[in-house]
Amino acid sequence: MSTLLYTSLLGLCCMLAEVLNLRKLLVPLVIIGLSFIFWVNFQEWNTPSDLTIGPVSLANMVMFDHFSIAFSGLAIIIAILLFILSANYYSNEEKNLSDYLSILIFALVGALVMFSFANLAMLFLGIEILSISIYIMAGSRRFDKRSNESGFKYFLMGAFASGFLLFGIALVYGAAGSFEFSKITQYLNSSDIHPMFHTGVLLILFALLFKVSAVPFHFWSPDVYEGAPVLITAFMSTLVKVAAFGAIYRLFNTAFVGIIPFTEPILYAVIIATLFVSNAIALQQQNVKRMLAYSGISHAGYMLIAILSMINKTDDALYFYSVSYAIATIGLFALVISTFKSNMSEQFEAFNGLSKKNPFAAAAITIFLLSMAGIPPLAGFFGKYNLFSEAVSAGYINLVIIAVINSAISIYYYFKMILAMYTKPADEKPLVITGSYWTVAVICLLLTIIIGVVPDSLMQLLR
Amino acid sequence: MNQTLEAVPQNWYLILSTLLFCIGVIGVLFRRNAIIILMCIELMLNSVNLLLVAFSAYAGNNDGQVFVFFIMVVAAAEVAVGLALLMSIYRNIASTDINVLNKLKW
Repeated sequence: MSTLLYTSLLGLCCMLAEVLNLRKLLVPLVIIGLSFIFWVNFQEWNTPSDLTIGPVSLANMVMFDHFSIAFSGLAIIIAILLFILSANYYSNEEKNLSDYLSILIFALVGALVMFSFANLAMLFLGIEILSISIYIMAGSRRFDKRSNESGFKYFLMGAFASGFLLFGIALVYGAAGSFEFSKITQYLNSSDIHPMFHTGVLLILFALLFKVSAVPFHFWSPDVYEGAPVLITAFMSTLVKVAAFGAIYRLFNTAFVGIIPFTEPILYAVIIATLFVSNAIALQQQNVKRMLAYSGISHAGYMLIAILSMINKTDDALYFYSVSYAIATIGLFALVISTFKSNMSEQFEAFNGLSKKNPFAAAAITIFLLSMAGIPPLAGFFGKYNLFSEAVSAGYINLVIIAVINSAISIYYYFKMILAMYTKPADEKPLVITGSYWTVAVICLLLTIIIGVVPDSLMQLLR
Repeated sequence: MNQTLEAVPQNWYLILSTLLFCIGVIGVLFRRNAIIILMCIELMLNSVNLLLVAFSAYAGNNDGQVFVFFIMVVAAAEVAVGLALLMSIYRNIASTDINVLNKLKW
C-alpha cells in the first residue's frame, strides 16, 4: 500500500527539486528513493495491507496481494536500472532532467496501479497514467521530426484504444451493475449472463492486446519504438509491456474468472498470428530498434500463452518470463545505446566488428541475445521452459509446437547481430561505454546468468 | 425523471451510443486531419459517457456517473498532451495532415 503513495510522493519531490536547484543530485536521489520504496514493498510481502483513508477502507478499489507486490518489485527494479542509464543519457539536457525523471516516475505509478487494481475504474486510471506519461516521453525530442511523429502516432493509437477499453467497461457495467471485481464475479456466477457482458469483455481484451502490441494490434509499435529516444524505447519494451501483462493476468484471474473458455479461440488465433507475423517481419529488418520491436512483439506472443493457460495458475511462469525478458532487454539496451551513440547509426552495421573493438561488450550482447532466444542455461530458457510446460499441462500441445518452431526462427535474426559483431571487419570509430552503462550491463548480465543457473527461488516466489 | 425512464427503453441509449461510437471510430480511421481525428476520439469518449450515465440511471446506482468524471478528467489530460504534441509537429513541418507523418515505415 505504501509503495503507491511513496512513489507518487517521489515524483512530486522530483518536480520540486527543479525549484530547489538540486539538478546535480537528482538522479542519485531518485535511485536512493526508489531503492527505499523497493525495500518498503519487500517488507509488505508477509502482511499486505489495504489502502485506507481515515476509517474508510479502499479495498474495493486497490488490493495488495503477493501477485501485486512481486510485480511491483519487478517494475521498481526495472525503473531503477533505467534511471541509472538516464544520468548519462540526458547529460546534455540538464535543463529538462527533473521533468523527464518525474514523468517517468509517474509512469511507474501507473504501472503499480495496473498491478494492484480491484476495480475497473482503477484499471482505466492505471493504464492512462502510464500511457499519457509515455506519450509525452516518446515525443520529448521536440526538434526531431521522427520523435514527434512517434509520440503523436502513439498518442492517437493509444487514445483510440482507450476508447475501446472504456466502451467495454461501460458494457460490463451495464450488465453487471458495478465496477467492483467482487460484484462482477458474483454476477458471473449467476445463471443468465447478458450478451452485452461478453461484448464488453471482448472490447476490454482488444484494448489490452493493443497495449501489449499483439498482432493484429501491433502496427504502431515498430514505428513508435524506432522514432522514440532509445531510453524511452527501453522503457516501453520493458516496463509498459510487463505492466500490461500484469493487468491482463490480474483482470482475467480476479474479475473475469471462468471467462477464458469464451476468449480462448480469439487468444489462440492472436498468439499464432503474433508469433508468425512478428518473427517473419523481424527477419527482414535492417534497423536494430525495429528488430527489437518485432522481437518484443514475439515475446508478447509467448507471454500470452501464460494468459491462455491461466486455468493452471500460471502467474509464476508469467513472472519468471517477465523477469528474464526485462533484464535481458535492459542489459541489451544499455550496450546498444552506447553503440548507437558512438556510431551515430541505428542499423546493424553499427555493430560490425564490435568483438575486436570491445570483446567484453560483444560477449555481453551475445549473452543477452541468447537469453532472449531461449538458449540454456540462461534465464530466458527457463522462462520459456516454464511457460511451455504449463501450456502442455493445460492441453495446448499444438500451440507449444508452434511456439518452439518460432523460437527457432527467432534465433536466426538474433544471430544476424551476433555474426555482425564477430565476423564483419571493424571500422575506425571508437566505442565509448561510460561507467553507468557498464554498471547496468554488468548487473543484468549477472542476473541473467544467476537466474539461469539457480532458477528455483524465483520460480517458487508466487507458488 | 421516472416517466422518462419508463417511456424510453434502455436499449435506445445503447443503440444511440453505439452509433455515436462508430461514427467516432470511422472518423479516426478515415479522416486525415489530426485535429478532426482528435475530435473523433472525443466523440468516442463522450458516447461512452452517455452510455454510462444511462446505465447508471436505469440501474439506480451512482457508480457510473462518478466514472464519467474520471473519464472527463483523463480525456482533458489526454487532449492537452495530444495538442502539445501536435503543436511541436506543426512547428517542424507546418501541417496537421497526418499523411505527412511518414518518416517511420516498415
